[in-house]
Amino acid sequence: MSLFTFAVLALLAVGSAAGMLLRRNPIHGALFLAINLSTVAALFLTMRAEFLAAVQIIIYAGAIAVLFVFAIMVLIPGKEETGPDPLRRQRWLAVPVVAVFLILVALVLRSAVLAGPPKPPLPGGTDAVGRVLFTDYLFPFEVTSVLLLAAIVGVMALTKRRA
Amino acid sequence: MVPESYYVALSAVLFTMGVLGVLIRRNPLVIFMSIELMLNAANLALVAFGQRHGTIEGQALVFFVLCVAAAEVAVGLAIIVTIFRLRRRLSVDELSTLRG
Repeated sequence: MSLFTFAVLALLAVGSAAGMLLRRNPIHGALFLAINLSTVAALFLTMRAEFLAAVQIIIYAGAIAVLFVFAIMVLIPGKEETGPDPLRRQRWLAVPVVAVFLILVALVLRSAVLAGPPKPPLPGGTDAVGRVLFTDYLFPFEVTSVLLLAAIVGVMALTKRRA
Repeated sequence: MVPESYYVALSAVLFTMGVLGVLIRRNPLVIFMSIELMLNAANLALVAFGQRHGTIEGQALVFFVLCVAAAEVAVGLAIIVTIFRLRRRLSVDELSTLRG
């Protein structure tokens, strides 16, 4: 049953990623991205990472996907990917890159690190994440707030219309 | 219980599709979405590895990746909007100078 759930979610994730890559219209891409991010949230749930699943929905599928949709609506890029491609030969670079990553997948599936008997399940989900964030990772956690503040100030400085 | 290697393999596939998107698309917005796809695939791998080793650190790390991704998207989209205001065009083939 859990394998069936994983298979359905994996197919949804790969399918929505493919849809994002292949649709010309970026607004379709943004919606496919939202589907993909929600699917990954469900995958987090199947690994009993409830806190991350909730954060994924709120930040990624909520804030980031909506930000993309807003940006697309501000810009309205209609027919930007038409016309001849000046870097046409460069497209063939995608083939060796894909080959390398497929080899990577094969190595992962056969690796010894992930073989062997699994460890016992984690003690607690959200409780344990919160405990570790506010004890061992307290300093990185505080640095994150500085990073977000810098991002806010930077975005306002960048998008301000000069009079 | 599904083996963790399946999650890692799915993460590698999603990451590959993100790389593919950066390589084959010319709209900077779609390239940005592909970068998000790659970050997300890395998150999936982190949670899977944390699960495999029975530690919670993987999930804590994913939290920080999420924060960096949010900051990156905000700044990146602001840059794209500013470039579009200056040039009225949006294709990475034409954005080859650093001057405004």
